[in-house]
Amino acid sequence: MSYKILKKEEVAPAVHRMEINAPDVAKAAKAGQFIILRIDEKGERIPLTIADFNPETGTVAVIFQEMGKTTKQLATLSAGGFIEDFVGPLGTPSDVRKVGTVILVGGGVGVAPIYPQAKAYTAAGNKVISIIGARNKELLLLEKEMREVCSELYIATDDGSKGHHGFVTDIMKEILDSDEKVDRVVIVGPPIMMKVGAGVAAPYDVEILVSLNTIMVDGTGMCGGCRVTVDGETKFTCVDGPEFDARKVDFVELMNRLSMYREEETAAKEKYEHKCKCGLH
Amino acid sequence: MSEKSKPKTRIPMPEQPAGERINNFEEVALGYSKEAALAEASRCLNCKEPKCVEGCPVNVDIPGFIKLLTEEAFKGAIEKIKATNALPAICGRVCPQETQCEARCVLGKKGEPVAIGRLERFCADYERGKGGNVSEKAIISEVASEKKVAIVGSGPAGLTAAADLAKLGYKVTIFESLHKAGGVLSYGIPEFRLPKAIVQEEVEYIKSLGVELKPNYIIGRVKTLDALAEEFDAVFLGTGAGLPRFMGIEGENLNGVYSANEFLTRVNLMKAYDPEYDTLIKMGKKVVVVGGGNVAMDSARAALRLGAEEVDVVYRRGEEEMPARREEIKHAKEEGISFRLLSNPIRVLGDEQFNVKGVECIKMELGAPDESGRRSPVPIEGSEFSLEAEVVIIAIGTSPNPLIFKGSKGLSQHKKGTVIAEAESGATSKPGVFAGGDVVTGAATVISAMEAGKKAAKAIDEYLKKN
Repeated sequence: MSYKILKKEEVAPAVHRMEINAPDVAKAAKAGQFIILRIDEKGERIPLTIADFNPETGTVAVIFQEMGKTTKQLATLSAGGFIEDFVGPLGTPSDVRKVGTVILVGGGVGVAPIYPQAKAYTAAGNKVISIIGARNKELLLLEKEMREVCSELYIATDDGSKGHHGFVTDIMKEILDSDEKVDRVVIVGPPIMMKVGAGVAAPYDVEILVSLNTIMVDGTGMCGGCRVTVDGETKFTCVDGPEFDARKVDFVELMNRLSMYREEETAAKEKYEHKCKCGLH
Repeated sequence: MSEKSKPKTRIPMPEQPAGERINNFEEVALGYSKEAALAEASRCLNCKEPKCVEGCPVNVDIPGFIKLLTEEAFKGAIEKIKATNALPAICGRVCPQETQCEARCVLGKKGEPVAIGRLERFCADYERGKGGNVSEKAIISEVASEKKVAIVGSGPAGLTAAADLAKLGYKVTIFESLHKAGGVLSYGIPEFRLPKAIVQEEVEYIKSLGVELKPNYIIGRVKTLDALAEEFDAVFLGTGAGLPRFMGIEGENLNGVYSANEFLTRVNLMKAYDPEYDTLIKMGKKVVVVGGGNVAMDSARAALRLGAEEVDVVYRRGEEEMPARREEIKHAKEEGISFRLLSNPIRVLGDEQFNVKGVECIKMELGAPDESGRRSPVPIEGSEFSLEAEVVIIAIGTSPNPLIFKGSKGLSQHKKGTVIAEAESGATSKPGVFAGGDVVTGAATVISAMEAGKKAAKAIDEYLKKN
């Protein structure tokens, strides 16, 4: 099998959006789900959250940041090219229904999965307040798109180059402290941001969900590499999640497990970059 | 020739020497030469009422193919096998013949039984060497049916059902969740026991029968079983037992603890042993494997080949009770795997960096027999001991993946998560839906899954003729 790349653009420095022809995935996808792709026969299988999908055109969009070997290699592909394997939708969809007011918090590339959620929560009749953030304004994703599907949109950057100078969680706390009656908070981003965000929101009478991105192979519950402790119990992120009750997630374990292959990942990336420099790739 | 004049011992199978093979992933058992196969085949008594056939779950005409073999009619021999067994190159390698056909062989009473498995493998490999699989096409039914059958899962049950149904003239589509077909044959059983090229050849053969294969297609996610049953005239579920069990002990989520499923998938399907592949794997000098089945043996031997210096298999019962094939235990021992029998892990030990550094175990003794008839192990108080390890692989069994039940109205499920199906037909509680293999029985053997696939194909044919 192979899946055609229909569109590719660099949406921020070293962050790319790719639209892929995958009609079966597009037809079945729901907000909160993800896909796993494998670039070629020798590639690894990596999970990426679905950033957008269109059942009519049969396309699925992913947004990824160049981090390791695979994402760097993926970034070299362009429209018209092919990806060997693209499987999904995976994971339990977000429990999107009318709950009232929802705060969606997205940090870094975590803004990508927030976008289909914003669309879905709005369509379900909720008031959607989104807070998106990045290290600086160049890295901020989907501002325009988000504005179209949210009731309110706030921005935070670490360096203050746009919006609030500070963290997305600062804005979230302000809203939670205000008269706004918030029913649900969904936080998606780097694990440390989700951990801090969950801690900030925990004292409030509000449901808090996080969407986890763990190491996994198959995405169907077969490998168990994505195990995470939730409420003292081992869960599989790929089938039981990726969304969990933030108050119950063991974030320390989550972060430790994400570092499992750090040395191997660095070595693989260096080897790949060296090959590229030598013109071998 | 009479029974007395036959040699009592079988022709040995050449193998890679243990010292050499632990450094590569190539096949351990090398297969018979033509001369060896003919000599071994000549031991068969060609019994009038062959017991071996009764011992074969798919009833291969064993004396029939062996007779053709002695006549050097190799093409005829493989055709004879393939009349009832679509995957002979695989069965010749991974079937537990010692408890099935060979266990019933008359020669086994006074000496060693005929090496049926090795002869089956010889025939299949002979055909492969000749660019085989062509002779099969003639068998396909000329009466093409307009009826469509969906097969969920491309493991041994699914492939067998697909082959039989295609031969009967049905339009067959296989849905596979992974990127490669073969199920456990691809992700579970290592290259050194079952070369993946063989699995892919068998898959290609089944495709040559007109079967369509859809990889990357998860029933329960992309499409529900209900939708599939609507679209197809019949459905066969051969989704296996793919969900790994963990022990539920402290430290099991430390970095370096793998389920055997994950470890073997990374090694076999994703070829972590090949530096050309991007697949990551953690390996250490010391590895502990928990469990006593074939999967535990495969994991231990794969770890050794990935560079582990010491591999301990920890099993809570004794060697007699180990569910692994004797041959696999023997191979593992030859390769230097140590066995810590009557021992059970109680805690995985880690360092400050969240990495595994060892396993704390407790010694066990055998008490009264349990439901399975095996004596259940009981911990001996105060007998705790520790093993050093940087990698721990949990191979204590698997259960069916529950994803198939998402959107499957009327499909009854056993408490253990298996699909309830009639033993003979594979018929489930959902009309037009049949099931077989590990998804019904829980983790078992390749051949029993094939038997179930075969029976279900027959039942599906009968069902479709009536409906």
